[in-house]
Amino acid sequence: MTNYLPDVVNAVYVVAVLVFILGLKAMSSPETARRGIMFAGIAMLIAVAVTFLSPGLSNFALIALGIFIGGGLGYYWARVVKMTAMPQMVAVFNGMGGGAAAAIAAVELLGSLSGATAALSVAGAVIGSISIAGSVIAFLKLQGWMRSQPIVLPARQPVNFAVLIVGAGFGVGSLVLGHPLYLLPFFVLLLVYGILLTLPIGGADMPVVISLFNALTGIAVALDGFALVNGPLGDAGYAMVIAGTLVGAAGSLLTILMARAMNRSISNVLFGAFGQTQDSGGPIQGTMKPIEPEDAAVMMEYAGQVVIAPGYGMAVAQAQQKVKELADLLEAKGVTVKFAIHPVAGRMPGHMNVLLAEAGINYDKLFDRDEINPELANTDVVLVIGANDVVNPAARRAGSPLQGMPILDVDRAKNVLVIKRGQGRGFAGIENDLFYGDNTRMLYGDAQAVVGKLVQALKKS
Amino acid sequence: MAADLWTALFIALLAAFTGYEVIGRVPVLLHTPLMSGSNFIHGIVLVGAIVALGIATTPLEQAIGLVAVIMGAMNVTGGYVVTERILAMFDRSKKKGGGAA
Repeated sequence: MTNYLPDVVNAVYVVAVLVFILGLKAMSSPETARRGIMFAGIAMLIAVAVTFLSPGLSNFALIALGIFIGGGLGYYWARVVKMTAMPQMVAVFNGMGGGAAAAIAAVELLGSLSGATAALSVAGAVIGSISIAGSVIAFLKLQGWMRSQPIVLPARQPVNFAVLIVGAGFGVGSLVLGHPLYLLPFFVLLLVYGILLTLPIGGADMPVVISLFNALTGIAVALDGFALVNGPLGDAGYAMVIAGTLVGAAGSLLTILMARAMNRSISNVLFGAFGQTQDSGGPIQGTMKPIEPEDAAVMMEYAGQVVIAPGYGMAVAQAQQKVKELADLLEAKGVTVKFAIHPVAGRMPGHMNVLLAEAGINYDKLFDRDEINPELANTDVVLVIGANDVVNPAARRAGSPLQGMPILDVDRAKNVLVIKRGQGRGFAGIENDLFYGDNTRMLYGDAQAVVGKLVQALKKS
Repeated sequence: MAADLWTALFIALLAAFTGYEVIGRVPVLLHTPLMSGSNFIHGIVLVGAIVALGIATTPLEQAIGLVAVIMGAMNVTGGYVVTERILAMFDRSKKKGGGAA
């Protein structure tokens, strides 16, 4: 019996890996996605369960305790958290994965490793540590416990680089000299590097950063897997190599897509401290013209098509429920309502889609930038809710810091209504030409309050 | 380098292309669940954490191993529940009735 046990464990890992791939595949359509994650969940559960059967393990009580604590905390947090806090939750759970990868590498390095295996463990520790420290900073920024603007320290680039090099040096030192005491400064410096790396990154760049740390954790897990395959219990290592690499590749692709949606390179997002510039890009002709909610409501009521372009401001004001009400009222009056979603609107990839889906808006009405842009010129009214940089026509102008960023062409619509909290600039610190357009009218105030007024006005008429 | 490592390298190469191909055409609509779902899948780190703690001998190794298991378990359960919650909102069969409320 005992002889067959390793084969059983291996067979389960093989099946689990297959289901992971199919589960990810199912993520490409809303019809199948839910089934995909459920199957992946079952596969994960079985993979974890059979790991207990691996020969030569001990400390079962501690393992059970750890799973109980971690699983309980994870389950509780993920259940109680509001949908609006989703970006920081994803950041936290991702950071935990990175931390686990770093800790596994630490255990491996404390044991007697040598050669390639040890080097791979060091690499896993480096990436895992950066991932957890960076994810925690991202969490603090998203949660509002830390300023979301870029925090730029003097001589940032050389200092960061020095921290990374010295930290990695301690890691290599611990390998060469075989002294575990070097591991302490190694991990401390790498955690510091993860923090320093993330501090100068501003809120609007979070979709890229969260996705990047997700990919990094995947890579750290894969590296740990490499280190494990050589050990006495190699089977678990292969599962980690595949699952980790899968996530690393998928996450890297998503990160690139996000960066491309802003027409910036990943290194520019990481090292550019974007949003710190106060360059206004030259004076703008015209003035901002306010409009009363009642007049705005009439304008939308008599439109053939209204396109709503939401941004982070909608999420902050938690206005999505009111927006759903507004859309329902307009549709009841025979107006076609569509939503224009910019890929990097909000604080994580696909953020707006999640919020609108939560409010009960059918995803058939949500349109990607490339789908909706050709229609905007023939749209009677565009309602911009708390979006700024993603609708700034300055992106089309040479010399603007936003130059080349693909935007929602809302300024080409016949009429534009903009709901905005105040007269300030967007995250990027750049004046928005849209607000000064002849066809633009401004609705000042909190998004939820203003949309509420629009709903009231529509109900009366 | 040991043969096992080379095998793992070949496997990783294939897995990388698989990940790239499988994700290549995901619509913007599903970017959040995709990210959250892949976040869940790297929760496989829990398996490694169990092995690391399972073979730990000194108290220091055990302590770090326990931390690894706790964090891995948080990653895997939190990642799953978050993804499930998000996808539940996209579920048409449930949405037809009365919206989210």
